Amino acid sequence: MAAKNFGHAFFCAFITLIISYPIIGFNLEAQGIDVTLTGADTTTIVLVLLAALVVFLFQLFRDQIMGALKRVPMPSSDANKEPMAENKRAKIESWILTGIVVFALFWPFFVSRGSVDLATLVLIYIMLALGLNVVVGLAGLLDLGYVAFYAVGAYTFALLSQYLGISFWLALPIGALLAALFGLVLGFPVLRLRGDYLAIVTLGFGEIIRILLNNWTTLTGGPNGIGGIPDPTLFGMEFGRRIKEEGNTSFHETFGIAYSGEHKVIFLYLISLVLAVFTALVIRRFMRMPVGRAWEALREDEIASRSLGLSRTAVKLSAFTIGAFFAGFAGTVFASKQGFISPESFVFLESAIILAIVVLGGMGSQIGVVLAAIAVTILPELAREFSEYRMLIFGAAMVLMMVWRPQGLMPMRRIHIELEKQE
Amino acid sequence: MQDLLYFSQQLINGLTIGSTYALIAIGYTMVYGIIGMINFAHGEIYMIGAYTALIAITGLATLGVAWLPVILIVALVCAMIVSSAMGWAVERVAYRPVRGRHRLIPLISAIGMSIFLQNYVHLAQGSRNIGFPSLIEGSFRFGSSEGFQMSLSYIQITIFVTTLICMTGLALFISRSRTGRACRAVSQDLGMANLLGIDTNRIISATFVIGAALAAVAGLLLGMYYGSVDPLFGFIAGLKAFTAAVLGGIGSIPGAMLGGLILGVGESMTSGYLSGEYKDVISFSLLILILLFKPTGLLGKPEVEKI
Repeated sequence: MAAKNFGHAFFCAFITLIISYPIIGFNLEAQGIDVTLTGADTTTIVLVLLAALVVFLFQLFRDQIMGALKRVPMPSSDANKEPMAENKRAKIESWILTGIVVFALFWPFFVSRGSVDLATLVLIYIMLALGLNVVVGLAGLLDLGYVAFYAVGAYTFALLSQYLGISFWLALPIGALLAALFGLVLGFPVLRLRGDYLAIVTLGFGEIIRILLNNWTTLTGGPNGIGGIPDPTLFGMEFGRRIKEEGNTSFHETFGIAYSGEHKVIFLYLISLVLAVFTALVIRRFMRMPVGRAWEALREDEIASRSLGLSRTAVKLSAFTIGAFFAGFAGTVFASKQGFISPESFVFLESAIILAIVVLGGMGSQIGVVLAAIAVTILPELAREFSEYRMLIFGAAMVLMMVWRPQGLMPMRRIHIELEKQE
Repeated sequence: MQDLLYFSQQLINGLTIGSTYALIAIGYTMVYGIIGMINFAHGEIYMIGAYTALIAITGLATLGVAWLPVILIVALVCAMIVSSAMGWAVERVAYRPVRGRHRLIPLISAIGMSIFLQNYVHLAQGSRNIGFPSLIEGSFRFGSSEGFQMSLSYIQITIFVTTLICMTGLALFISRSRTGRACRAVSQDLGMANLLGIDTNRIISATFVIGAALAAVAGLLLGMYYGSVDPLFGFIAGLKAFTAAVLGGIGSIPGAMLGGLILGVGESMTSGYLSGEYKDVISFSLLILILLFKPTGLLGKPEVEKI
């Protein structure tokens, strides 16, 4: 048995060596204009050889290993259990969700400033991922330029505040609507395209937006970005130590408490929390509305849906626009949180991260996406020494998910009616 | 006369870049023609080819080899071997298991692979760009010494000639050899080819290997032409090459060559007459416009939607 695989196993191990040894085993070092080549240290080379050996052994005993894996019983025995009744499950779910939101409301008052700041970032990613989930997960349109809408939201707020002095609360709807408008205008011609062409066109669009932001120096400041973006205010109360704008009062003076930098951080966190919950709820409603059903129907079978009278353009366009709207939302919050934005923040990699979140969480599933957003943002912070491996692991995880579990870690559970069992 | 010289200069620059785009575009178009997926990681394979060539060149310099043809050939062969192995492995690991599933799944897998490879090189070789020795110096110059001088450098001639050799070789391979005939058969009808006794898995692997080897050639040539490489080197070039493939009609090999040349010339005219910063905008806009108005490209066949 193993003898038959020997040639193949040897070949695979050899290929492993070829693709890893030249790139990992030699280090190019630039010294001025001269480039020198040094060999990697012994540990690295041993690791490369070890990897080749592992590949060799795996391929050699492939049949046995795969056979053994098949015989191992699946750890979860959910498959045989009766599914929980729909209304009961929904009730439990809503209780748990309410509990989590209440916990999230009070949590920032007891932890450090850094964690609250990180949590705000997580919430922004949750908003983005929920928005992209509509486009990719529900409507099945692969959008690789999603970050463009995020950029539109962020730059709208930055430019409006810089040139017109508009505050966060006014910029929030404007930014989101403008992003939605961009989505509408871009989507209208593009949505006739098939899946993979659409992906490339959106990718091109994202790059065009970034290049424009980078080069339109007179308006956007080019690579230097825009700074001094104001913080949000609470009914005209500012969170800074001193008041920046005429007519505003300051938060700590109004309530007669000592000034603390944490107030602003917590306030931003709470705004993001409210907006993220709002995003989740709105999208949840959409999913149950006819338009939401139409998204999924079109994703599953375009020809069948069209012959049933669904307008392809209208349905896809609505998904695209709604996705863009929430990206604009997230962008505005992001601009306000950072206080400074530049085209650096809106590169393709960012789109890929958001896509990875949606894919890992399970396309279409809201809870899955939220959990994935938390995991993807927090895990690199917890394991700082591995943070440079973050994108490497992302890429590998995306491939592995597609190979083994394309429905994601927590796939969407479809609301369905089951026929009664016939005797 | 000045204007004509300036124009010819842009034309030469455009054709140089365009012919390398065409080399990379072959990989996209052959894979698309056979299994109908966009090999998003192809740009990264090209980048790995460039890195391997640089490693080989530096290694030879350390060993004291100074004879140019040896350096070039060794670098080329090393780059082609590593890139081909990479192309083979990528297909095996990331694409074969998901073949035939919903359209988006192979594409997402390919994006994951692209990110993985980018960071693989980033971690192993650092994120800074590294100077690439140009090796082939010198140029022919035309025009008066006080006005604008058109230059045709030796490296540009090398790029033309190498591309021409590769393209001719590929055309002969596809039209004459047994494997080439099998490739054409598989791209026409995969299932039927399988029934007729063609090992389709082997042919698909061969397609990836050929595409990767040509991308490695482009990697070495463009590395010398631009004078530096970095881990993000492949992303934009891959996107441009994909644009070229779509422009010519994806799935069609002559289309990829034509598309590459048109795109290269268009780009260099933009940077010559308008502004260098916006040349990427032009090529992406071109891509969007073609996909909107003529998705089959210049030489592509219309795709029939089957129920």
